[in-house]
Amino acid sequence: MIQVKGLYKNFGKTEVLKGINCEIQPSEVVCVIGPSGSGKSTFLRCLNMLESITSGEVIVDGNNLNDSNTDINMVRTEVGMVFQQFNLFPHKKVIENLMLAPQKVRNISRQDARERAEKLLAKVGLGDKAEQYPQQLSGGQQQRVAIARALAMEPKMMLFDEPTSALDPELVGEVLEVMKQLAKEGMTMFVVTHEMGFAREVGDRVLFMDNGVIVEEGKPDQLFSNPQSDRTKEFLNKIL
Amino acid sequence: MDGLTFRAAPFSLTSEVKQMVNFNWLQVIDFLPELFTGLYYTLLISVIGLIIGFVLGGIFGLGRIANNKLIKSISAIYVEVIRGTPVLVQAIWIYFALPLIIGFEIESIIAGVIVIALNSGAYIAEIVRGAVQSIDKGQMEAGRSLGLNHGQTMRYIIWPQAFKRMIPPLGNQFIISIKDTSLLSVILVPELIFQGRLIAANHFNAVEIYTTVAVFYLAITLTLSFVLRIIERRLDI
Repeated sequence: MIQVKGLYKNFGKTEVLKGINCEIQPSEVVCVIGPSGSGKSTFLRCLNMLESITSGEVIVDGNNLNDSNTDINMVRTEVGMVFQQFNLFPHKKVIENLMLAPQKVRNISRQDARERAEKLLAKVGLGDKAEQYPQQLSGGQQQRVAIARALAMEPKMMLFDEPTSALDPELVGEVLEVMKQLAKEGMTMFVVTHEMGFAREVGDRVLFMDNGVIVEEGKPDQLFSNPQSDRTKEFLNKIL
Repeated sequence: MDGLTFRAAPFSLTSEVKQMVNFNWLQVIDFLPELFTGLYYTLLISVIGLIIGFVLGGIFGLGRIANNKLIKSISAIYVEVIRGTPVLVQAIWIYFALPLIIGFEIESIIAGVIVIALNSGAYIAEIVRGAVQSIDKGQMEAGRSLGLNHGQTMRYIIWPQAFKRMIPPLGNQFIISIKDTSLLSVILVPELIFQGRLIAANHFNAVEIYTTVAVFYLAITLTLSFVLRIIERRLDI
């Protein structure tokens, strides 16, 4: 579903990603862990071109993102994204947050968009919040709306950029629960996270990134209980 | 015409005091038709000028944050030139100098509309730029990540939020521009203060007429302030 070959990313003179190679299969849940500043979020943002690619190849669902003929908006309709800061549209009601893109991009009718939105809100347990504004919801609820908003486009895969990092600890669970459910349904997921419990339980594969490269990857059990690299060991010792 | 006779009297403290109470305010009624004509032109030029100014402001405000360097510099030059020269100079230049360059005369009212439009446009451009730039970057990213293109994200996500933030400074600019129309009297636009000066010059009733003119301006701006306050409360700004 995603193939990344020799991905480099510079911000000015700073090299942030230094040659990333990675493949993600359909229905796979890949979690990315690593210290802050290691380039995890930048890597994720390269997968839907929120960051331009300096060099290398990123192929998403058969589309080469570096090819100028690729319609990036088309690719993005298939790649849902959830942000650390939710980024809900504050001037629109919860339901309208979900209805906007399907109507404008997928050209479905208002009625269909509403039905789809209602179903998704019910799915993330917020069926009763449709007519409220985002600011009236808790952080956990807002993030669940943001997940539903991304799902409203019926994407083939989902990117999560530290989805629980901005949440109060007691609200983390409800968001992870929704993500777990999604993984169970077979969604392809790429998750940058600090929730080691989630990575271990839900992830099919865990990547450990440091200093712009993937240092180590493997099945969660193997990576967490028997890390091969010293840097991975050091990192896991600090946080577990 | 009591006021007139007292005015001509030699100055002494008592006569001045008498003068104060003996101004003939009722005669203002006789000049209301002319004053209303002036009011009409003041409002006409303000409304048309500000509508065009808003469009200009939108275009050049977005131009200043465009990626295209040419559009960016044209917008910046426009804003800096207009903001850096007095309205009075702009009015005189467009009415007296520009016709010599382009070879035909510009009617004073048209010139007046151009001045107000160009002038308010430059300030509104800065208001638009500031408001759009104040919207969190994550909003654009969220829109784009859903597959909306840049234009759609601007239109449905950024602009509605930015517009709300523009309203208080826009109201301020509207009031400034309305007052600026009074400067157009020097290029013979028959607006409020122009009419006032005509009347006062012919009938020696400066106090009554200029006071009335001031009250008219105040009435326009206070009404606008009031309407803006209602809008702001409605939109919960």
